[in-house]
Amino acid sequence: MAVKPFPKKTPMREQEAKERIKNFFEVPFGYSEEEAVLEAGRCLQCPAKPCVSGCPVGIDIPGFIRKIRERNFAEAAKILKLYNNLPAICGRVCPQETQCEEKCVVGRIPGSEPVAIGRLERFAADWEAEHSVQTQIEIAPAKHKKVAVVGSGPAGLTVAADLAKRGYEVHIFETLHKPGGVLVYGIPEFRLPKSIVEREVNYVKSLSVQIFLNMPVGRAIPVKDLLREYDAIFIGVGAGTPKFMGIEGTNLNGVYSANEFLTRVNLMKAYLFPEYDTPVRRGKKVIVVGGGNVAMDAARSALRLGAESVTVVYRRTEQEMPARREEYLHAVEEGIKFYWLTQPIRYVGNEKGEVVGAECISMRLGEPDESGRRRPIPIEDSRFILEADTVIEAIGTEANRFLLSQFDGLKLNKYGYIIADENTCATSMRKVFAGGDIVTGAATVIEAMGAGKRAAEWIDKFLSGEYDPWK
Amino acid sequence: MNLIREKRKLAPGVYEFWIENNHIVKYAQPGQFVVMRLHEKAERIPITIAGKKGDCFRAVVRAVGKSTYELCMVKEGDSIMDIAGPLGRPSEIDFYGNVMLVGGGVGIATLLPIAEALKAQNNRLYVVLGGRSKEYVIMLEEFSKLADQMIVTTDDGSFGIKGVVTDGMQMFFEREKIDIVWAVGPTIMMKFCSMKAKEHGVKIWVSLNPIMVDGTGMCGACRVTVDGKIKFACVDGPEFEGELVDWDELLKRLAQYRDEEERSLKLFMERVGDLSWL
Repeated sequence: MAVKPFPKKTPMREQEAKERIKNFFEVPFGYSEEEAVLEAGRCLQCPAKPCVSGCPVGIDIPGFIRKIRERNFAEAAKILKLYNNLPAICGRVCPQETQCEEKCVVGRIPGSEPVAIGRLERFAADWEAEHSVQTQIEIAPAKHKKVAVVGSGPAGLTVAADLAKRGYEVHIFETLHKPGGVLVYGIPEFRLPKSIVEREVNYVKSLSVQIFLNMPVGRAIPVKDLLREYDAIFIGVGAGTPKFMGIEGTNLNGVYSANEFLTRVNLMKAYLFPEYDTPVRRGKKVIVVGGGNVAMDAARSALRLGAESVTVVYRRTEQEMPARREEYLHAVEEGIKFYWLTQPIRYVGNEKGEVVGAECISMRLGEPDESGRRRPIPIEDSRFILEADTVIEAIGTEANRFLLSQFDGLKLNKYGYIIADENTCATSMRKVFAGGDIVTGAATVIEAMGAGKRAAEWIDKFLSGEYDPWK
Repeated sequence: MNLIREKRKLAPGVYEFWIENNHIVKYAQPGQFVVMRLHEKAERIPITIAGKKGDCFRAVVRAVGKSTYELCMVKEGDSIMDIAGPLGRPSEIDFYGNVMLVGGGVGIATLLPIAEALKAQNNRLYVVLGGRSKEYVIMLEEFSKLADQMIVTTDDGSFGIKGVVTDGMQMFFEREKIDIVWAVGPTIMMKFCSMKAKEHGVKIWVSLNPIMVDGTGMCGACRVTVDGKIKFACVDGPEFEGELVDWDELLKRLAQYRDEEERSLKLFMERVGDLSWL
């Protein structure tokens, strides 16, 4: 084992930027078997396994990588599935660079990159699907207890799968017509193909989880009925309500929330209009406001819809932007422009009520604020107008007031998110657990899955009488 | 689920459907709506719930664009792929005294469950129904059973009074002390009804139908300015106090996808042929 690993990650082939901006196909192609084996060989199999501590669901990372190196891909997939019900999704959208890969020992070697754990995870999951190897998962004997899961996003799917494996009868209630939550309405096809989501949702269903679609809990099924009919409830509805800056002109035609824009494009397939019936504005000059992954997704989608120019306007600098590095670099390669230290203060409209531009102001960075990042401060007399026929605000989301107002007695924090124990996910209401964005505010897919994982463990303890925080 | 048990033509291009759906029948209250998706490639369209019977709820649809034409062509015995609901806040039903109810076009259907609930609270109902001509004034019989007094207006004078619904409103305002008004119909009609109610200092509820996608507060497509604030019609509404709504903004927002809608309808017509029978 004294062989020094190659310093760089095995590159992953991807669609050329000039090609991919014309389509919605996935950008990276994934590893071949040879590439995966080569990359797996870079893992030192170190006994300390710091990578595992960086993973919110605690995957046995060296274990599955060793199986890839041994070319036992089916076994690698099986190890993954023991910890992670949605590996093909995680392999694509997890921020590995700040989680497992950040802790990788290989990455600590000067001049060396960490092992490409995310790419290997994706490889193993895809290999399993492509070779139709259905990993057999042991399901515990039926416990004759029912759990309701509200929301079918990453948190809900995870808690459901884990509880089903433990022998519980699990019913998921989803408001939309497709399961997956943000995975289907939020993340674009070119980053996470919907067929992949469908595949992993089908796996969760194969564990006998039932998913009821078109079911807005609190309206189509009252909360009191859920409380009566189920032994425990998990709320994983995400933080789905878009925030708007609320500046003048917000309701002009052509001003979108990222949620609306992405829902039209991803869930409703507006990029295939008129074959699909839902339209979306195909702007020529598009401005996206914000610096997170959602802003990158919106910008890159707008480009693929045929925009001549897409400009991201962010009030801080490249250093502070919360988007994953990979997404940002992909956006830059694709020709998206960035205006740092810039903030729109007003949208300008024409007589038809359509947006024609955004008046912006330049910012400078002051002292750090509560987020720990330096606070942007407007610079007087620095106003300028950016022309635009489409503006997409991607400045974050907040709790959906409608569902939570139906849970009488559920304690919320000052931002309207559910107060739940960080470890057990127990809320202030008896037998109600919650996790994911509706507890933490907008976060990542894997963090929501981590919450689902913990919740499953504690719901199991609660239902088997080992634990009762409401006593 | 979502089986169409009965279908009936109410007016040219206007159809009534009775659709099986236990959840909606069990929980729907006056003023609420559903979001339908007819098939895999269809839009999600919001439709108000216009009554319940057995295990079916009623939807009344007017063919205006591709999606509604397509919906109106669905036959008895067919099913609608997805229906989510009930959604939105129910109407504030209470005893008010003298209530004026103003309905236009397919809004008349939305108004019916509200009228029934208000009648059950012993309100006196002053009903104004309007349409382009006689054949477009739907649900006359149902309303004549409920109304204490009723005025029908038609644009061409083919039935009732020649005029628009605000003329009918004016007549009632002159005759009676009206305590509260509900108006449901085309946006432009509700705008003028709101102006008329304001003129007489009476509170008016309107049921807005902005462009919507998910219908659960997630996308913000349906935002309207009410009393200077951004509201989402799907979760904060669909009913709002008419005098507080920024009508001109709403009318512009409704025209947002006019080009796409025209293109879509044209392609559809080319495919299915003559639809004048609808």
